[in-house]
Amino acid sequence: MAPHDRYNTGIASLTRAVKKYLHVINIGIQNNLTYRFNFLARTLFGLIPLLAILFVWRTIYEGKGAGSTVGAYSLAEMISYYLLVTVVDALTAVNEDDWQIAADIKDGNISQFLLKPIDYLVYRLGLFVSGRLTYLAVAAVPLALFILYFHKYFVLPASWTTLGCFLISTLLTALLQFFSSYTMAMLAFWVLEVSTFIFILFAFEYIASGHLFPLDILPPGIERALAFTPFPYQLYFPVSIYMGKTTGVELTRGLLIQLCWVAAAYRLARFAWNRGLRRYSAVGG
Amino acid sequence: MLNRYANIYAALWKNSVTREMTFKSNFLLWIFVELLWFGLQISFIGVLYLHTDHIGTWTKWQVVMLVGASHFIQQIFQAFFLINCTNLSELIRTGKLDFLLLLPVNTRFLVSLRQVDLGGFVNAMSALAVVAYAARQLHFVPGAAQVAGFFVVCAAGILIHYSLMLLLASISFWTVRAQGMVWGYYNLFQIARMPDDAFRGLFKALFTFAIPMLLVSNVPVRVLVNMGSWGFPLALLLGMSIVCFLLSEWGWRASVRRYTSASS
Repeated sequence: MAPHDRYNTGIASLTRAVKKYLHVINIGIQNNLTYRFNFLARTLFGLIPLLAILFVWRTIYEGKGAGSTVGAYSLAEMISYYLLVTVVDALTAVNEDDWQIAADIKDGNISQFLLKPIDYLVYRLGLFVSGRLTYLAVAAVPLALFILYFHKYFVLPASWTTLGCFLISTLLTALLQFFSSYTMAMLAFWVLEVSTFIFILFAFEYIASGHLFPLDILPPGIERALAFTPFPYQLYFPVSIYMGKTTGVELTRGLLIQLCWVAAAYRLARFAWNRGLRRYSAVGG
Repeated sequence: MLNRYANIYAALWKNSVTREMTFKSNFLLWIFVELLWFGLQISFIGVLYLHTDHIGTWTKWQVVMLVGASHFIQQIFQAFFLINCTNLSELIRTGKLDFLLLLPVNTRFLVSLRQVDLGGFVNAMSALAVVAYAARQLHFVPGAAQVAGFFVVCAAGILIHYSLMLLLASISFWTVRAQGMVWGYYNLFQIARMPDDAFRGLFKALFTFAIPMLLVSNVPVRVLVNMGSWGFPLALLLGMSIVCFLLSEWGWRASVRRYTSASS
């Protein structure tokens, strides 16, 4: 085969693969749309505790007097922090993917994927993407209204470069979220109930990724220690880029570290799958 | 009559204990998960109070007590009612409710109390320990009357949670999508553990008079440590618990009527 031909077949198989998984995304969207009401309820109810936290912060700032700050945050910055967290979370959070993957393993549904030319990880990634797209479509209106209400506090990024870095980092966050959830779901090969393990990891992620409060209001020692874990890269990091808290060399270094965590999580996900399958066939065979 | 129901309830308890003990390690793991999340809420308060010494009129240990009381109420609610409320839509979808309707026992009683979540009691104890520790930090020793008052008010809060959630779960009789609503309500527990001073205007009115989230945990703590004027909020909480219960009974009856007619 001439090199030229090989190149052409390569392109052809790549196109086929892309088409195949685009189809998965398409089916995923249609499936998810059935649950649009649930998505809407989730968004609306989710905004209420957020509003409550914002009110608590407002009271704290009022108690401290006009023009006061918490860490490096003014009240306006604090509010925009939470708004950005909500946006990034809507773009990147794993919804029910981990439960579904665990259920697929437990119920033996994955057997059919072992027989087909479909990569289960890529297949699930496609469904994850479709889940996020549908969620965004449903959540966009209430979320936009909410942000509009707080529009005074919602700052635009400092430059196009900042916005670009923010988007890249958000994409990496989504991948990190997905691969780590996928790995956790692989536990279903070994234990009957994975939900406790998922909730335990989620608890750490919830507090250490900046869901509850910006990480740089913590005592510096704890903040530095957290930087050695993947958690800040699961939410806090892209938000800090957007708000101009991470710039220059730190930004480049941060993005590289985030990329490393994504690669590590991907390897771990593949590894867990392969080990799990060995056990799976042993049980099934 | 009462004796018969007590016997039935004892049997339900026995079933639940047997069920939990089949998966002992899982039972313990769930307790650990709840403990972890509880610790997480308290650390959040710790972080907030690194940067301030009061939220409205609430000091640090008062808010810790509030988080503890709120956790106590939530866990007792969870122990008795949560699974049962979330399972209602499943009972309707699978038609298992038919079987419960046929039994010569009040159906609401069976539906609401069928399963007991024993872990909830263990977690409630850890919540009480936090309340007690916070009281110590406040150099405060409550009298017997205050402690009794605290538990009575907590019971009223639990009754409100139960009534509202059953009401939401009853929507399952009309649409299969009610489960989202029930879990949505669960989100509101997060408001209950925030100091009421932080809220005003429409938000405060809504979550005081319509969905009394800002009363259920705040009032017990105010009663216990005798904080501010709690006479009116207390009367309001007790009144609301009765109203919510009656409302849920009305909603339940209307729903069951609909179920019977739908399946025939």
